[in-house]
Amino acid sequence: MDVIKIKGTEDTPSVTLDAASNIFEVAGRSLPEDVAAFYTPIVNWLDKYIQSPNPKTNFSFKLVYFNTASSKLLLDILMKLEDLSKNGKEVLVKWHYSEDDEDMKEAGEEYADIVDVPFEQISYA
Amino acid sequence: MIDKPKTKYYMNTEEKRNNISFLEFVYDFYKSMKKHEISLVYEGEITHQITKAFTSLTESNMAKEEESNTVQKKVFHVMVECLQNISKHADDYGTNDYIFSGRGIFLVAKGIDEYSVTTGNTVENIKIPDLKKLLEQVNSLDKEELTELYKKQIKEGRLSDKGGAGLGFIDIKRKTGRNLDYHFLPINEDTSFFLLTSTISRNN
Repeated sequence: MDVIKIKGTEDTPSVTLDAASNIFEVAGRSLPEDVAAFYTPIVNWLDKYIQSPNPKTNFSFKLVYFNTASSKLLLDILMKLEDLSKNGKEVLVKWHYSEDDEDMKEAGEEYADIVDVPFEQISYA
Repeated sequence: MIDKPKTKYYMNTEEKRNNISFLEFVYDFYKSMKKHEISLVYEGEITHQITKAFTSLTESNMAKEEESNTVQKKVFHVMVECLQNISKHADDYGTNDYIFSGRGIFLVAKGIDEYSVTTGNTVENIKIPDLKKLLEQVNSLDKEELTELYKKQIKEGRLSDKGGAGLGFIDIKRKTGRNLDYHFLPINEDTSFFLLTSTISRNN
């Protein structure tokens, strides 16, 4: 499978989707000018990945900020992971947040409520 | 003999610059900004570049003033949502009034206890009832009810063709814990000027 590797900028997150190395990560800031254009290739990649996934998928979110438009697209990613989990594959979402960022922690809790997929909350200093 | 049509008199640039009413305007504007504790004001088209410039400017100012991380994040968040509201929703309806078309005014004020972010832009009157309904709803809900509304909207709502998720107002109230102040000032029979102020407390 193709590898997606996008370098982060001040308004777009860094993204690594690498099935061979088993690395799946979205990190940084997300307020792209065109959210759909930014996230569509990522969601499409996951659609393909679900066809022939690894036995175990750990997907990391290490976001410091995302706007409401991005929040909708992040849910689309999580829903793909939910599909994968429903297909009987092992999936774990690792939601990282800064220990002083209550809002980011809550955002993770809310996503965990909305989608049916194992979630792990991880705080960092 | 036919009278020559009167030509309108325009001031040249130098005259404009030194015109006493212009100088007084600038000074009054400055005093007025100080009085209202305005730290940033902009009028014009709100683009993504402008959004990035303003948020990073405000961020570096807040960092310099050692504002807490929590407050910085909340101000950043509110600014982004407010600016994107203008860029996505400011109506360019009735473009004869080009001074209002697709643009807006954006202000950030910093007081002793709070920051406030105010936006102003034109909206078509036919859109006002829905806008009012949503704002009233958001203002009437408590924290838990807002979380439920947010979850419902993020699940069921669709991204608009302008890339909005319909979550901006909900999110502002959730992040600030304060009601949104809003007013509609009539411009003409078709359009109004929509003013929205969000307030962020500086004491956590």
